[in-house]
Amino acid sequence: MSLLEVRNLDVFFGARQVVKDVSFSLEAGEKLALVGESGSGKTVTAQSILRLVEGARLAGQINFAGRDVLTMNTPQLRALRGGEVAMIFQEPMSALNPVMSIGAQIMEVLQLHKGLTRSEARAGAIAALERVGVPEAARRIEQFPHQLSGGQRQRAMIAMALACEPKLLIADEPTTALDVSIRLQILELLDQLRAETGMAILIITHDLNLVRRFADRVAVMERGVLVEQGRRETVMEAPQHPYTQRLLASRPQRDVGAVGAGCVLSARELCVDYPVPRPGLSGLFRRNQFRAVDRAQLELAPGETLGIIGESGSGKTSLALALLDLLPSTGEIRIKGEPWRADDAATRRALRRTVQVVFQDPLSSLSPRLSIARIVGEGLEIHEPGLSAEARRERVAQALLDVGLSEDGATAALLERYPHEFSGGQRQRIAIARALVLRPDIVVLDEPTSALDVTIQQQVLQLLGALQRKYGLAYVLVTHDIDVIRAMAHRVIVMKDSQMVESGPLDEILHHAQNPYTRKLIAASLR
Amino acid sequence: MAPGIASPQTPARRAWRRFRAHRIGFYSLWIFLALFALSLCAEVISNDKPLLARYEGHWYLPIFQNLPETTFGGDFETPTDFLDPFIQQQFAKPGNLAFYPPNRYHYSTINYFAPVPNPAPPGATNLLGTDDRGRDLFARLLYGFRVSVLFALAVTGVCAAFGIFYGALQGYLAGWTDILMERFVEIWNAMPTLYMLIIFSALFSPSVWLLIGLLALFGWMGIAAYVRAEFLRNRTLDYVRAARALGQRNHIIIWRHILPNSLTPVVTLIPFEMAASIAALTSLDFLGLGVPPGTPSLGELLNQGKEGLDAWWISLFTFGVLATTLLLLILIGDALRDALDPRKQIAEVAP
Repeated sequence: MSLLEVRNLDVFFGARQVVKDVSFSLEAGEKLALVGESGSGKTVTAQSILRLVEGARLAGQINFAGRDVLTMNTPQLRALRGGEVAMIFQEPMSALNPVMSIGAQIMEVLQLHKGLTRSEARAGAIAALERVGVPEAARRIEQFPHQLSGGQRQRAMIAMALACEPKLLIADEPTTALDVSIRLQILELLDQLRAETGMAILIITHDLNLVRRFADRVAVMERGVLVEQGRRETVMEAPQHPYTQRLLASRPQRDVGAVGAGCVLSARELCVDYPVPRPGLSGLFRRNQFRAVDRAQLELAPGETLGIIGESGSGKTSLALALLDLLPSTGEIRIKGEPWRADDAATRRALRRTVQVVFQDPLSSLSPRLSIARIVGEGLEIHEPGLSAEARRERVAQALLDVGLSEDGATAALLERYPHEFSGGQRQRIAIARALVLRPDIVVLDEPTSALDVTIQQQVLQLLGALQRKYGLAYVLVTHDIDVIRAMAHRVIVMKDSQMVESGPLDEILHHAQNPYTRKLIAASLR
Repeated sequence: MAPGIASPQTPARRAWRRFRAHRIGFYSLWIFLALFALSLCAEVISNDKPLLARYEGHWYLPIFQNLPETTFGGDFETPTDFLDPFIQQQFAKPGNLAFYPPNRYHYSTINYFAPVPNPAPPGATNLLGTDDRGRDLFARLLYGFRVSVLFALAVTGVCAAFGIFYGALQGYLAGWTDILMERFVEIWNAMPTLYMLIIFSALFSPSVWLLIGLLALFGWMGIAAYVRAEFLRNRTLDYVRAARALGQRNHIIIWRHILPNSLTPVVTLIPFEMAASIAALTSLDFLGLGVPPGTPSLGELLNQGKEGLDAWWISLFTFGVLATTLLLLILIGDALRDALDPRKQIAEVAP
């Protein structure tokens, strides 16, 4: 008999059915990956196993170790949750209680489920932290979540989940919020703990690299339906369902044009400093400088993509914002030979149109109260004030057509709509249209695809590549995703702790990296 | 893919749709608007002069004309008292006509010809009875309601305008300007408001405008705090950055990008501010520090009710009007808050 058996599970929110007739099973010690894009119902399915979904109506059968979860009463459920089935979440910062120390939170679980005394629970908490590889566990248990790094926080979460030796661990996107080099460590930790305790792991993810590396079996979900499941090798090598095939083909494909001659953007000795309060009382009056970017150098040719890769906090976004002159910086930036920080405001404003930007989150980068026509047309109002309203609409419609917002070319109907009426991928296309309508020479792309689903990611990257070839655009591409770099970049800059640790042509960086950090980054990309 | 709704959905229209789905708040808004509209026509509903009169072949509009008693066969040049039995006899003669409003009393009318001593209980002559000076209670309540609501609108309008301005300045400029302005708000907040109001009312001769000014002076900080917080948040969002990357000018960024996205808490606060203003006016009137004597006022009626507990109808009906008004406003505010809740907006967008 399987450890977990889900049969014909339906989940309804009111009249809306979000999970349709899902069946799968999980043996003890097995690693099953539940794969799907956002909105596919994978998280709801996993949370239904513990009946954690509020306001949902469940139908079907969920058997855990021979008992029916759907008919359990509250005390039985409580014993199941955290006791036999544990769960870890994507964002450890919000899943841990910020006002309780790590130790107290692990002890709480132990006292609740195992009935240990305080001192026993304390010893148990230290042991649990040691087991997940947190150094100096005895000291760490006094610390609060904000004092730990992202990776340690996730380890603490895992320690908490595993404190009661569950038979099944449900891991909901456990590595998505972490930096790439830490992702691998967490996965290795999970695998090692599974080998030690013999628990089963149900991992929920959208990341196919992770599946390839980690899972024994794969179940693929699309819009609430489980479309395909089977052994990892079978599903990955010979997918049957068209959706799985599309998902697997969604790895960004390299398709870049030739680099032009000349130099549209150059930066020399570029530094960005943030004021940070000094510790203690003197912080009220004096501030220290935190250097986010330290003496960066770069050059960009027309039609070239310069990839800037680094982990969070490495200063890559600060560098991008400084290139846009949205952050105060020192050093020299020249745009087509002209210094960015020209003295008179008119020249500066005129230069603005040559450098445009696309941000990561398409939801927050479009003003929610303006129509698409006004959002995309705003730059034209500023830089081409002579344009008539008719001509401006024409240009906006052309830009929307360029970014492929509608297949049939009927963009006129879209102009009066508002951002919330579009999906994430469409919103990102609108943001690209806003940047393109001014015919810039340089576009700064700040993590342009990380907020998007994998299949959409690929489409947006293809679009960016096509636009680059069509208009000879130069891109500064900021990302943490080496796959995106592989697909798009001509040259790469690797950043770590505010420094440019390495830079050079893509092939050289990928295959002959000099710097150990670069090599680690490439190795950790779960390929 | 783009949704199949024919007309584009402005954010305001979406909020209105959610507001409408909130039945209690939606009906409260209509009831409140109907009551307010009625009270704006108070002169036609409750007045001691006929709307239209015909006397000896001539037509008169007594509401708009000041007619001496001699016009209708009286002895004196004084303004006509249409409640005078003699005048009523004159109109009862064949050929003469008078169309009266539904309630035959103005708020200032003293019925010298009442059959019972003042305050008179509810009855055929005075629907809700009279106050201690023989003025019709229904008329006083109707006009008093109008004064309260207009007063609340004025106070809220001034507060909102100044609060938005102050908060926007704080939030957009940030840094030292923000810190200094915030300290000023804290000092201002610490002032004993009621005490100040009592002093000012004693210093100056009472008038409605003075009260509006005083209450607005101490009422704008809440709105400013919300607008400041919204500005501080919105100015760092990517769409503001994108506008700056386009080279957009500062004042246009504030006006077009930040302000419309920062007004949600203000709209939500407005009904609550109005309720607070009405309550403040009522309490000042109750203490005798409010509107000038003679102005119809709910607080003054409550005070009368307290003085003469035997005249139960004064307390009861005044309390009824006040409680209904405040309840309606709060229900509207509740529905508005739900309609504008950003989390619900996101929930609606998500697939």
